[in-house]
Amino acid sequence: MNGSRAAGLTLAWRFAAFRSEGFPLLPTLILLTLALVAIFANVITPYNPEIGSLGDRFHPPVWQAGGSAEHLLGTDHLGRDVLSRLIFGARVSMVVGFTAVIVAGLLGTGLGIVSGYLGGWVDQLIMRITDTWLALPALTFAIFLAAIVGPSEMNIVIILAAVYWTRYARVIRGEVLSLKERDFVRLAIVAGCSKRTIMRRHILPNVLNSAIVLATLMLGVVIVTEASLSFLGVGVPPPKPAWGLMLADGKKGLMAGYWWLTVLPGCCIVLMVLAANLLGDWLRVKLDPQLRQL
Amino acid sequence: MRRFILRRLGFAVVSLFLLSVTIFFFVRVTGDPAVLLVEPGASQADLDAIRQQFGLDQSLPVQYGSFIAHLARGDFGQSFYYRTDVLELYLSRLPASLLLATVAMVFSLVIGLPTGIVAAVRVNGWWDSAGKIFALLGLSMPSFWVGLLMILFFSVYLGWLPSSGSGTLLHVLMPAFALGWYFAAAHMRLTRSSMLEVLGSEYVKLARLKGLPEALVIGKHAFKNALIPVLTLAGINLVLMVNVAVVVETVFAWPGVGRLLYEGIAFRDFPVVQATVLLGGAMIVTVNLIVDVLYAVIDPRIRYER
Repeated sequence: MNGSRAAGLTLAWRFAAFRSEGFPLLPTLILLTLALVAIFANVITPYNPEIGSLGDRFHPPVWQAGGSAEHLLGTDHLGRDVLSRLIFGARVSMVVGFTAVIVAGLLGTGLGIVSGYLGGWVDQLIMRITDTWLALPALTFAIFLAAIVGPSEMNIVIILAAVYWTRYARVIRGEVLSLKERDFVRLAIVAGCSKRTIMRRHILPNVLNSAIVLATLMLGVVIVTEASLSFLGVGVPPPKPAWGLMLADGKKGLMAGYWWLTVLPGCCIVLMVLAANLLGDWLRVKLDPQLRQL
Repeated sequence: MRRFILRRLGFAVVSLFLLSVTIFFFVRVTGDPAVLLVEPGASQADLDAIRQQFGLDQSLPVQYGSFIAHLARGDFGQSFYYRTDVLELYLSRLPASLLLATVAMVFSLVIGLPTGIVAAVRVNGWWDSAGKIFALLGLSMPSFWVGLLMILFFSVYLGWLPSSGSGTLLHVLMPAFALGWYFAAAHMRLTRSSMLEVLGSEYVKLARLKGLPEALVIGKHAFKNALIPVLTLAGINLVLMVNVAVVVETVFAWPGVGRLLYEGIAFRDFPVVQATVLLGGAMIVTVNLIVDVLYAVIDPRIRYER
């Protein structure tokens, strides 16, 4: 009886600890909502996001004089429904953001493990490349690559992955350096495991936490970069509804005071990036004590 | 000391080499560079002439050699759009970028330093939380969106500031704030952590023990020492600002190197794009080298590190 009571206490204590560490409920909800909106975009949008009617240009949102319930958040310079474009924009940001973060993560984690575990000239080569690429401002590097390969969603993912894998590689390599001195790795070597087996079975599971934390923190950076590239015209090609592209279009109506075309897409970007950053910060403290000082 | 400097110099050279290889590699591998190097809509004869001129029919190592030889002579090619030497074009845009970066730096320090100090002095208090929210917003709001919002507010609604262009002091205010915004958050975070570290040190305790007023302890003893890492970061960031201002300069039609890069993309002016990226990277590698060496001069312990 004593035991069960203790167990109950522990459970309550653990729940309290979970609460007190401030599980970021709001950011999680925001990301989940955005994900659902992105998945069901074609079900919930009232209009086709890529086709407008030129007779309906620059309608303001419904609560402003001249607005109508037909276009809740107004229309843009081609008479396209802003709400529909924002919803489909969530899909573009989600797909590009998550794919890029995962591809960069796979590449960076893989190279980080190889670099840290094998050491020697392999390590030197990978780390010199990492240093050099980290020295280039990410945005400039991405613009350069985009200027070569031309705009498309697929290319954006490749470019973002090519630019951002270095962040993973650097951190993961550092962890592997300390992991490989640990007893369980030494025992695995004594037991005759091959280098490949050790890297896959013993090192990889131990750096996964860090990789996940980094991925969450990178999500915000990647989304801002994608928006910047699209804004400059080297990202997602028009007429696709990406938030960065909407901001570029919105600038055409800015001086005339069509504020909703500039304010609303930006709010969407900030909402998503903020949610990703808050979740990443929490995960960092929760999952990975080593990254706390990062 | 000399060994340390030589070693760092070696690293910098390797970095520059890898930078040039990276640029070279991506241009050659991702397609026919001749297509990038001729003007859009050029004839087959023009393409062949370019291949001949840049030796694109030769082997890759030979090509890389001539690529480097051109760069070493300061020959970055001719701009298709402006019909001038790319390096000259870049240098003519640099002063505007430096002005923008300097004002942006002033903004970021004026905002970042006081908020960082207050957050550290009132650690875990109300000010600290406000500072955390500010830092988070700084990282999450894209600088070009901040710029667009400022145009909407200060130019369209209030009519106080010009929305784009350059020439007067008023023109630089909005782009500089938009650019400095992100860095203000970074400087605030570093000031806070640096102040916290110094405030916990022995000599600050001693200053307090001997009965110095708190304002003097913070202002004179703590702040001065906490400033060192912040100013180092600010020095690196100044160079970074010149090179990441592309989007902000585009929003405000500011005639700096970022705008040059954007025009290079818009007009398919590839030599300009390539030169801007190469020179930007070289600038950053150089600054990192200078900072490393200066640190070694100041702090002997660093010299003996691996």
